[in-house]
This record gives sequence, C-alpha cells and structure tokens, in this order.
Amino acid sequence: MQRIKALLLRFWGIASRPSAYLSVGFLTLGGFLGGVMFWGAFNTALEATNTETFCITCHEMKANVFEEMTRTVHYTNRSGVRASCPDCHVPHEWTNKLARKIQASKEVWGHIFGTIDTRRKFLDERLRLAQHEWARLKANDSLECRNCHSEVAMDFTRQTQRAADIHTRYLIQKDGYTCIDCHKGIAHELPDMRGVDPGWLPPAEVRDELGIPSSAHFDPEADALRRYAQDGTQEN
Amino acid sequence: MRSQNRTRVALFRWSSLGIVVLATGAVAFAAAYAQEIVPRLTGAAHPMRDVAAPALPSPVVDDQRRMRNYPEQPPIIPHSIDGYQISLNANRCLECHRRQYTDHVRAPMISITHFQDRDGQMLADVAPRRHNCTACHVQQTDAKPLVENDFRDMLNLLPVGEK
Repeated sequence: MQRIKALLLRFWGIASRPSAYLSVGFLTLGGFLGGVMFWGAFNTALEATNTETFCITCHEMKANVFEEMTRTVHYTNRSGVRASCPDCHVPHEWTNKLARKIQASKEVWGHIFGTIDTRRKFLDERLRLAQHEWARLKANDSLECRNCHSEVAMDFTRQTQRAADIHTRYLIQKDGYTCIDCHKGIAHELPDMRGVDPGWLPPAEVRDELGIPSSAHFDPEADALRRYAQDGTQEN
Repeated sequence: MRSQNRTRVALFRWSSLGIVVLATGAVAFAAAYAQEIVPRLTGAAHPMRDVAAPALPSPVVDDQRRMRNYPEQPPIIPHSIDGYQISLNANRCLECHRRQYTDHVRAPMISITHFQDRDGQMLADVAPRRHNCTACHVQQTDAKPLVENDFRDMLNLLPVGEK
C-alpha cells in the first residue's frame, strides 16, 4: 500500500510540473496525434469485434446460435436484406455499445473456461441465456428490432388482416408491449418454454382483473413428451 | 463326307448364334417397350439432367375459415406459419389456439377431441400425442391439382339425417 502510494505520488510529481526538456509544440501536437491514433485503433478494434465473422470464431456461437439462424428469415429472404449478429445483439449507439462490450467480456471468460462448450451444456443454459436477451430487448423497447422495423413505417394495409389487427391492438393501442413480447424465437430456436407466457398475455399483476387464469402455464403435453424423450417412461 | 460334316457343324454353329442374337434382341425390345408403357414415378424428365424446379405455390393466408370437405378433415390453416416452432420445447400454435387464450386473440379453440390421451382418458389440456399440429393441420396453396379431382361430397352419396 505504502509502495503504491509512493509510486502514485511520484507520478503526480512528474505530471504536475512543467516539462523541462520537451517543447510545448511537441507535447500538444504529439499528444493530439497520439490521441488520434489511439482513438482510431480503438474504434477499429471495436468495430472488428462487431462483425459476424468475429462472433462465429467461437464455436459456441457458430455451432449453436448461428447455425440455427441460417434457417430463418433474418438470414435468407426475398429481398436479400440480412441481419448479422451485432445488428440485433449489440446496440448501435456508441455509449450503449461500449457498455454492452464491457458486459460481453464475461462471455470471453465463459469461452476460456468452457461454460457452454458442448451442445448439451448450451441447451441446459439456453433458457437463462434467452431470458437475458428477452429482458434486454424488453428494457430498451426492442431497440435493435426497431433499428430496421419501425411501427411508423409499417403499412398495415400490406399486412394480413390478422397481423394488422394484432399490431394495432398490442403494438399501437396498448402501452408496455414491444416486439420481443410476441416475436420470441424469431431468429433462433426456442428454449424450454414451460412457464414462459405467450407474449401478448398481460403481465401477471393485471391478469386477475381481466379474468385470465394465471395458472395457465403447466404444459402437460410438452411435459409428458419431454419425460418420454428423456427416460422413456410414460404416465397416464 | 468329312467336308459335308464340317458344313453341317458350321451351319449349326451359325444358327445357334442367330437364335441367341434374336433372343437377346427380343428381350431388349421387350424391356424397351415395357419401359415405355410404365411411366416412371419421377416423371417424364430425363433422369440424368438438371430439371428446372417449378415455382413454389403461395400459401393461402386470407384468414378465412374453409368448409371441411368431409367431416373428419382436420381444418386447414388459413394463415402464415413460416418459422413457427413446434418442438419439444415450444409450440407456437398453442400460444393462441389453446383454450385459455382463445378469447383474447380470437383464435379458434383447439378441439376437445385433442384432450384425450391414447388410453381414452380425458386430460385437462392437449394430449401429448396431439402436440405436433402440422402432422394433420396444413396450409393450403394456390397450386393447380396435378390430376383431376373427382371427389364427391358424402352429402350427395348418403342419406341426410333429418329433413
């Protein structure tokens, strides 16, 4: 502790006194150029980690989520617009992007220590991982969806009647609903959805007032199927 | 005598060769003929060439309920089901068609015949064997039928109960 304090004091001593040998021009211009170079390199590196190619260098991403995504509409579609990993999973605004990148350092930790290095481990953790993403998108009002799909630009007359009705009722007329509520599993396979309400269902607090049974969630058929698949037992 | 014998042997040789040739020809002809009259299941196109794939027909997505052609026909799906996941983990169809949810999303309720398990026991919800919706309920497309349909409604074949 004493040592660190002494070191800091020494550094402060150097930094607080005017320079004896270096010119003001060198220091300001050099500082400026150094800053530019640092900033450029920093942003280049940041952008390099913000590409699909970078994401799928980890087999955890490539063999699981990326593989599944290639079968969905966000990968191939009639107009040829493709969303890559960071389009949906990293905020586009700089500050939030940096915050997300710092959070994502935990994923590097997970990769090094093999938290989900097999398919089995990944599937076991899938619900928790999906819930993180759902919570994130719910909290930012599906910002990443809205980077491309804006409700203002949506032409409801070009949607099927059913889609237009549901969008009008839930997206436009009611507060608190956002894209991810209904459009879960749009780009990846779903985790075990037992206990996850359909997105359009009002939150549990108001369900009683509206007369919707709140214990709607035990899923006997999926449960029995799962038990059957796991150990071959069948119950009546 | 000797030379006559030799001629005879030669004649025999040639004629047997001729029979073999004729027989082979007949078999080959029969095979070719048979191939012509039995159409291949894969169609008339050359089996070793690239054949242009026909355009995919578009699904019917107008949300209009269709009459069933016969009483046991599973109702068809009149909306898009692209990317709907029906798996061990999830069933997208039941997010709207399950009994508890139908009045809020105005979807037709799944029939209670689907609540019966394979032992005839009624359950409170959809039975495991009915989990895979698209095994029976399918989308319709605007495809032209490949063969003429001479289906006749049973109303025209059987007496109707009451007058």
